[in-house]
Amino acid sequence: MVEEKQIILRTEYLKAFYVLEMQGTQKVAKAVNNVDLQIYENEIYGIAGESGCGKTTLLKTLFNEIVPPLRLIDGKLYYRIGSDEVDVTRISAEEKRKLRMEYISFIPQGSMSVFNPVLKVKGAFADFIGSHISEHKRGETFDLARKRILELGLPQNVFDVYPHQLSGGMRQRVTIALAASLNPRIMIGDEPTTALDVVVQRGVIQMLKDIQRDLKNTIIMVTHDMGVHANIADRIGIMYAGKIVEEATTERIFAHPLHPYTRFLINSLPKFGDKRMRDSCPGSPPSLIDPPSGCPFHPRCPHVTDICRQQMPDFNQVDKDHKVACWLVGEEQHG
Amino acid sequence: MDKLLEVNNLVKQYSQGNVIARITLTAVDHVSFYIKPAEIFTLAGESGCGKTTTAKLVLGFEGATSGTILHNGKKQTRSEKAWITKGVQAIFQDPFSAFNPLRTVDSYFHETVRNFRLARSKQEAIARIDQKLRLVGLTYQEFAGKYPNEFSGGQLQRISIARALVTDPQLLIADEPVSMVDASLRMSIANLFKQLRDELGVSILYITHDLATAYYVSDRIAIMFRGNIVEMGTVEEVLMNPRHPYSKLLRDSIPQADPKKRWTTTVTLAELEQEEYLRQGCKFAGRCPDVMEICKSVVPTESYVDNVLVKCHKYSEAQVSSAS
Amino acid sequence: MKTLLDLFKDYRFRHAFVVLVIILVMAVLSFFSPYDPTLWHVVPRDMKPSAEHWLGTDSNGQDVFWQATFAVRNSLIISLISAVISRAIAILVGLVAGYKGGTVDRVLTFIGDSLLVIPLFLIFVMIAMMVREHMNLVVLGLMLAVFGWPWDARLIRSMVLSLRERDFTKTALLSGTGTVKLVLKEYIPFTTPLIFSTLINNMSWAIGLEITLALLGLVDLTIPTLGTMLNWAYFSHAILLERWWWILTPVILSLLMFIALYWLSVSISEYLDPRTRIQRVGA
Repeated sequence: MVEEKQIILRTEYLKAFYVLEMQGTQKVAKAVNNVDLQIYENEIYGIAGESGCGKTTLLKTLFNEIVPPLRLIDGKLYYRIGSDEVDVTRISAEEKRKLRMEYISFIPQGSMSVFNPVLKVKGAFADFIGSHISEHKRGETFDLARKRILELGLPQNVFDVYPHQLSGGMRQRVTIALAASLNPRIMIGDEPTTALDVVVQRGVIQMLKDIQRDLKNTIIMVTHDMGVHANIADRIGIMYAGKIVEEATTERIFAHPLHPYTRFLINSLPKFGDKRMRDSCPGSPPSLIDPPSGCPFHPRCPHVTDICRQQMPDFNQVDKDHKVACWLVGEEQHG
Repeated sequence: MDKLLEVNNLVKQYSQGNVIARITLTAVDHVSFYIKPAEIFTLAGESGCGKTTTAKLVLGFEGATSGTILHNGKKQTRSEKAWITKGVQAIFQDPFSAFNPLRTVDSYFHETVRNFRLARSKQEAIARIDQKLRLVGLTYQEFAGKYPNEFSGGQLQRISIARALVTDPQLLIADEPVSMVDASLRMSIANLFKQLRDELGVSILYITHDLATAYYVSDRIAIMFRGNIVEMGTVEEVLMNPRHPYSKLLRDSIPQADPKKRWTTTVTLAELEQEEYLRQGCKFAGRCPDVMEICKSVVPTESYVDNVLVKCHKYSEAQVSSAS
Repeated sequence: MKTLLDLFKDYRFRHAFVVLVIILVMAVLSFFSPYDPTLWHVVPRDMKPSAEHWLGTDSNGQDVFWQATFAVRNSLIISLISAVISRAIAILVGLVAGYKGGTVDRVLTFIGDSLLVIPLFLIFVMIAMMVREHMNLVVLGLMLAVFGWPWDARLIRSMVLSLRERDFTKTALLSGTGTVKLVLKEYIPFTTPLIFSTLINNMSWAIGLEITLALLGLVDLTIPTLGTMLNWAYFSHAILLERWWWILTPVILSLLMFIALYWLSVSISEYLDPRTRIQRVGA
């Protein structure tokens, strides 16, 4: 019997736009434009997309960090806390703060900004732990954190140095250890491996997988590198112009990519042993302020038809774990 | 054989520290290689291996501590600006910071034309600039009068390449040109490099840590580690059949876009970079899965295995034992 | 033109602009003054403001209003000389020290730092006492200029230091641009907000310092400036004798100038800040 996984984070018609006022004119960037996600516990969910597609904004929104000029225009965001589903867009600031780090934590892209440069690394840990755990449990948590650092292959002395003395890769790994220190149920990573050397990147991916396996929690990770997704994600969502256009398990996405954009993303990656000419996606990513009508990919799509220009396709559940929003796929099914 | 660029025993040392404790870091440690005309040569390695420093030395942005650099057989003197005298140009990693945000992008092109005296009138200048822009897939119309923030990262990088081509250089140094561009758009720039080599006969010194695009685009490759070239040869030999343990590690650590090819082994990462720099003997000895006693004390010599240069005791011993 | 219109949207700029226009008008009016400001007893003394003498007359027998026009004009001249010359020195020193680095940088920074550390006031007093006979507007302006550049030179230098490391410096070099042209074309646009705001601040500083020196009697008291007017009014016991029109005139004028200059500098430098400029550019 296959155990049904529980949904731990859910969004409904989520819309979060940037509203910018400059010298009298208003510009609206539709960064998260009608996103429906169901993310299960004990899985690694990858979000893939180019820069400017809104993926960072989506992460911020999922983390419930919606501050001006970003505004929540519509939709809902639910976390499953314990056995209840909570609409977290409506909770108080204090409740939000409690959830951070204990329930859900964030791994940003630039690791240096996480640390206070004048405190040693153990100071950063003490700060986080201190603001969430009551006095008598702090010592325990601190020791647990220390132990985890060692388990994850980081050297003992990492606690006693200043952040700038660590290399970029080391800092990133310490940031991840910090994010995991309070055993959060959800960890969100914004391009956590992007600026790193390839061997260090492998180590970081390894570390994330180890943490997920130990804590059995959920990791939501954004990166434009499909190779990284192939190595770490269980399911992948492809994002384009503020919308999710395809979602499936990792195996299916790579074996049967259906959306033309997904196909481009996968086929444009160079493979060893294959020097044949590869094409990258034509054109450039659309502006979120002035997105194209209908399906946002239509200006760059080699198979564009009339309806693509007029209407945004709904999701087509092609398989149990595979859905795609594309007019062509619908036709294939019915044609 | 004609060598467009020849680098011999290049050394660059930096001293760090203060009056009380000074250490000398050898960023580039007796590096030698050459580039032929119409060839794409890659210097690959992770951060801190010395590849960017080597590029700066070849360009003339900095002076070498020792060693020689020859452009078309002519020696480059210490403070010589190779982009003015030796027909070398360069593009850099971050397309957005390559242009002053307060200036229009085309002003750099016109400046290059003026400074190198490449046109006698404004019409001629625009014609030349337009020609170079078309090589990278843009036209003068859509680019004139615009500021850097009006272009995307991919476009700006192509504009950088166009600017570098204005002076008709024979050698283009590209320092991590695709690492800040989205993975899906990298191919367009890689394809552009191939085109430049095939249609214009331009050679490219391609510096990167991304072995996948290096495989796709280059003819020959040198893998650098902490200032040394540890393996060098054709890209087929070096990347499909890596010999040096570090090359193997580097190649295996590239995430493949195929979930069936996930990593099965784990890696140990270097603890502190400075330690590795200051090692006696082979700098990789601390992490090498095939380390031997000799590696910790003696610097490996260069040996050739199937026309591939390898700097590793495994191969020098093999040479010795196979010869005896 | 567009710049001016943009600036007018800022209430600070609007008010400051109005005040400064009034002050400039006053300064220009000084050329039409019916009285010679250096003479005494040209009008009846100590008269209250009236239709004939708009701000009354002072104890020396001068019309306060017309005296004020000269005072404003001369204070402006002193502060402009000081500000412009010290800007020029600051820019030169800052650019050279920042771009060249090495020994040149160390020498220039040393000189600048020394000037910063020296107790300005004592030096001024000493120099003023020595130069008193030859003290005029220009001399005073130059004196202030010599001490007004180090601070801003430092700011410009540190800006140049960070700009030098940016990639576009390399692009400019690769385009064949020589050092001088590079610094002028690439870096100065980044320094213009700094230069403008410090220019205006320096003017404020100069006026303030002039008033202080004047009150101490260290300048030529026959030349009417805001400071010397204050000196005369104060030491002729205008407060005690309730001749408020005499003492309040320089005080209020000075206050208005300080506030206006401050608002001007803040609004202009915000407008010129590269960060907001970049947003406006190409929009």
